[in-house]
Amino acid sequence: MPNNPTRIEVNCETGVESIIELTDAEVAEMAAQAAIAEAKQAEEDAAAEARATAKAALLDRLGISAEEASLLLG
Amino acid sequence: MPNTFELIASSAVGSGGASSITFSSIPSTFTDLCIKFSARDNSSFIANNIDLSFNGSTASFSVRSLYGNGTSALSITQSNAAGLAAAANATANTFGNSEFYIPNYAGSTNKSYSGDSVSENNATEAYDWFYAGLRSNTAAITSITITAGSSATFQNHSNFYLYGVKNA
Repeated sequence: MPNNPTRIEVNCETGVESIIELTDAEVAEMAAQAAIAEAKQAEEDAAAEARATAKAALLDRLGISAEEASLLLG
Repeated sequence: MPNTFELIASSAVGSGGASSITFSSIPSTFTDLCIKFSARDNSSFIANNIDLSFNGSTASFSVRSLYGNGTSALSITQSNAAGLAAAANATANTFGNSEFYIPNYAGSTNKSYSGDSVSENNATEAYDWFYAGLRSNTAAITSITITAGSSATFQNHSNFYLYGVKNA
C-alpha cells in the first residue's frame, strides 16, 4: 500500500496500467497548490458575500426591493 | 465525417484514488481522438476543474468557455481546462461527466479540442460547461494526461476512456 497519493498511467500500445506513487516533492507541491486554491475560493466567497450584503443594505436604505431596483435599471 | 469509434484504453480509479490519469503511447493510426470520463474528486468544492496536458506539457493552452452555475450564464478564459469532477461538497456518490474531441491529433498543425461537461449536485448550484480549446503546438499527440484541479485526487469509481475515431 503506497504512503503517498498515486497517479495512473496506461500504455496504449501494451495495455499495461501502472499505478505510480508520487514523490514527496510532488506531494508537497500538490499540498501547496491545494492551499492556494482553497484560499482563492475563500476569497471569492467572501467577496460575493460582501457584495450581497452591500446590495441588501443599499436596497434597505432606498426602501425598495431588488425587483423594483431591476425595473429602475431596465 | 468520422464514422468509427474504437476504444483504445480505459482506466478505473481504485479505492486509493489517483491524482491523474495518463494515456501514453497513443497510436497515430486514427483520425481523431475522443475522451470520455466520469469523475469525482476530494476537493472542498461542489465541482472542480480538471486539467489537460498533451505530451507531458501544460504549456501553450488557451480555452474559451461558456458555463452555467444554476443561477447565471457566464463565460471565462481558462488555460488548460478540460472538464469537471463532482467534488467533496456535491451530493454524495455523484459524478461529473465530460466528453472531449480532439481532431487531427497526429497531424502537424496546432491542436484544437472541444468539449462539454456537467457536474452533478442535487441543489441549485451545479455546473454545465462548454469548452473550445487550443494548444499552440504542432507536435503529434502521443500522450494525454487528465489531472484533478487544485491538486485534488480522483476518487474511487472515477472512469476514463480514450477512443480513436477513423474515417472508414
